[in-house]
Amino acid sequence: MMKLMMAGAFATVAAAVFVTAAAAQDSANIGEQGLQTEPMELVIDDEKMMTRVKAPADSPFTELISGWEFRNPGTRKMELDDFDNPAFIWVEQGEELWSTVDGTEGKSCATCHEDASDSMKGVRAAFPKWDEAKGKPQAMEHQVNECRTERMGADAWKWESDQMLGMTAYVGLQSRGMPVQVEIDGPMQEWWQRGKDLYYQRVGQLDMSCANCHEDNYGKMIRADRLSQGQINGFPTYRLKWQKIGSLHRRFKGCMQNIRAVGYKRGSDEFTALELYVASRGQGLSVETPAVRQ
Amino acid sequence: MIPRMVWIASACIAAGVTAASAEVVAPDKVMMEDMTVGKSLSGQAGNPDEGRKVFASRKLGNCLACHANADLKNELFHGQVGPPLDGVADRWEEPQLRAILVDSKKVFGGQSIMPSFYRIINDQRTQEKFHNKTILTAEQIEDIIAYLKTLKE
Repeated sequence: MMKLMMAGAFATVAAAVFVTAAAAQDSANIGEQGLQTEPMELVIDDEKMMTRVKAPADSPFTELISGWEFRNPGTRKMELDDFDNPAFIWVEQGEELWSTVDGTEGKSCATCHEDASDSMKGVRAAFPKWDEAKGKPQAMEHQVNECRTERMGADAWKWESDQMLGMTAYVGLQSRGMPVQVEIDGPMQEWWQRGKDLYYQRVGQLDMSCANCHEDNYGKMIRADRLSQGQINGFPTYRLKWQKIGSLHRRFKGCMQNIRAVGYKRGSDEFTALELYVASRGQGLSVETPAVRQ
Repeated sequence: MIPRMVWIASACIAAGVTAASAEVVAPDKVMMEDMTVGKSLSGQAGNPDEGRKVFASRKLGNCLACHANADLKNELFHGQVGPPLDGVADRWEEPQLRAILVDSKKVFGGQSIMPSFYRIINDQRTQEKFHNKTILTAEQIEDIIAYLKTLKE
């Protein structure tokens, strides 16, 4: 009896949450277009990913929705099983590099960080991170190269190299399922604001900001593509269009290119600030690295 | 006799060139009043058949990226970002359509996602190949307007 009452109470609460006008509006935004014609949950290795979470009060969204939800069933399915996820070709490379000695100091990542499944847990969820010595935030790629050049005596990897993509995918995977949780207070506040300014700034001959598509029009089709909220919880991500895995900054550049603007450089202060800001708009979504998108 | 004929012919050509270029309204000279632009940007009436092509072309108007249009139902993938344009000629007068195409933000407000098709934007990290260029030419915009005027319900 107690159990029944509890279940009833839970259902009532759940229903109340579900029908809040704002949430209903958000659901309609993507549901109406036949998105959930084949309903699916993102469960990988028996772990359920949070692909839809209630947004905090200060969010421009009422619900935070992972890019996975906006993709067609075929693309969504590819992320359900790591054997079907082509990004794992790079993950395997990253795993191998983790314990490969490189540079003048005779070290590998494992020399200091040992077992990645332990030491790298939660790392992806918290990047970009403040770096006191550098006096600015670092994306994960910056951090990897800092280790390589300053502690291993090895050459920096190029941002979009297979090694860097493999390493960031492998390290990122150790946080899969954990909620995105970036620090935006203290010295990060100024960088967060800089990222926000970039997000709302119109650029290019087509005169659009990130917000025009990803805040004002997500869920709608723009020609053959469905606009998402531009959440970044799955990066680096395997993109069918690229036929390979790619970095978030590559994706940023692609968007700017489309609106006939000159993109910033990968690893630039601008893109790092934008990464921080966009990550903060997805606080609480599960890390899906390495995700699969169209 | 022959020299005189040549003189007349040259004068005609010169006058023709001057007249045509004088009639194109430069992007910074477009007169918008009460969210309307009355005067043709090219100085001529547009061609609806050409306009239909410019409308559909991904490299030119790419209007289908955002707007559905039943008249072009043979083209795949119509966008949903803007309103469908079926019957658009019943809802807007020609001078209003021209104002929307020239600079949508002056009609719909600063939040509109719609590009301004006849405004030069060099100072927003615009790629160099698009400097001092509008998205569409005066003639292409007039052609699109002529085409839109055929979309009645």
